[in-house]
Amino acid sequence: MKTPRLVEVRQRVLKQNDLIARGLRQRFHESGIYVVSLVSSPGSGKTAFLEQTLSMVRTRHRTAALVGDLATDNDAVRLARSQVPVKQITTGTVCHLEAEMIRNALDGWMDPELELLFIENVGNLVCPSSYDLGENLRLVLMSVTEGEDKPLKYPTIYNTADIAIITKTDLAPAVEFDAAMAHTNIHSVRPGMEILDVSVKTGDGMQQWMRLLESRIAESRAAQFNQVLEAKR
Amino acid sequence: MTPIGAMHELSIAMSILDVVEEESIRHGEGRVAAIHLKLGPLSGVAKEALLAAFDLAREETPLKECQLLIEEIPIVVYCPVCKTERSVVSIQNMCCAVCASPTPEVLAGRELEVSAMELCQ
Repeated sequence: MKTPRLVEVRQRVLKQNDLIARGLRQRFHESGIYVVSLVSSPGSGKTAFLEQTLSMVRTRHRTAALVGDLATDNDAVRLARSQVPVKQITTGTVCHLEAEMIRNALDGWMDPELELLFIENVGNLVCPSSYDLGENLRLVLMSVTEGEDKPLKYPTIYNTADIAIITKTDLAPAVEFDAAMAHTNIHSVRPGMEILDVSVKTGDGMQQWMRLLESRIAESRAAQFNQVLEAKR
Repeated sequence: MTPIGAMHELSIAMSILDVVEEESIRHGEGRVAAIHLKLGPLSGVAKEALLAAFDLAREETPLKECQLLIEEIPIVVYCPVCKTERSVVSIQNMCCAVCASPTPEVLAGRELEVSAMELCQ
C-alpha cells in the first residue's frame, strides 16, 4: 500500500455556522438592529431577567425576542406577558441555538422597524459557546444559588461572553453567597470582564443594566453613523 | 458526561465529516484515511467526547474507516506587561505564566479546525 498523501485543508469546522452568522450580523447592522443574546445554565433566571428587561426597554426601542427551548413553549408564553413580539425556537434534541435557526426564525417575522432583538439560548453552559449567532452582545448569567465557582467550572462560556450578570442577589444572604469571590473567579477566567449584580425581584441593579445596555446601543449607532460618513467621503 | 454534552460533540463530529467530504471531492480521487484536527481548550469542545462522537458519526458514511487525529493547541495570550506572546497559568487562571499579569487578549486556543487530511490512492 502506498503511503497516504497529506493534503492541507485549513477549514474551520463550524465555517457553515460562521458564514450564516456573518450574514446575520451584516443584515442586523444594515437594518440598525442591536442584538443581545443570553446564555446560562437551566434555572439561572434568564427568562425572569429577560421578561423584566423587555418591559423596561419596550417603551424606548422597538423590541422583539427569540427564545430557544428544547421542547416547551413555557418561556415564550412568559415573555409574551411583556407585550413585545416573542417567537419560540424549539430545538428538539439540539442543546444549543445555531445561526441557521436564527435566520429561519427571522424569515417573514422580523419587523422592518425593529431596533433591539434579544435571543435567549437554551439553558446550557457548554454547547452554546461554540456557535456565533451574529449578536452584538453576549450575556452570561449565573445565579447566586449556583455557587461562586461556576465560572471556574465553565471557563469557555465566560471567555466567549461580553458581560457577566449575577442574578437572584436577593437570595445571597440565605445561601451565604460570597460576591467578592464570584467576581474574583469571573476575572480569573476572563480578566477585565464587566460584571453586574442584579435582582429581578427587588429591582436592584436593573437600572444599572439599562444604562449599560443604552450606552452599548449608543456606541454601536455611533460606529454605524461614522461608517456611513466615511462611505460618503 | 451528560447526554447534552454528547449531543453537542455529535453535531461537531458531523460538521467535521461535512467539511472533509466537501474537501475530498475537491481533491478528486482517493480515500480519506485520516483527518487532522486542531483543537483549542477555548473551542468549547471536549477531546474525549469528540472522539467518541466521531466514532458514531462516521458509521454508514463513506468515511467510516477514517481516523480522527486531534492536535491539542495550547492557549496563547498577549501579555501587556511582558509585551510579548505568553502561555497562561491555566484556563481557570488567565494570567501570564511568567509575570502573573491578567491577560484578556487571547491569540490562540479557540481553534476548531480541520488542518489536513491523509488521502490514499
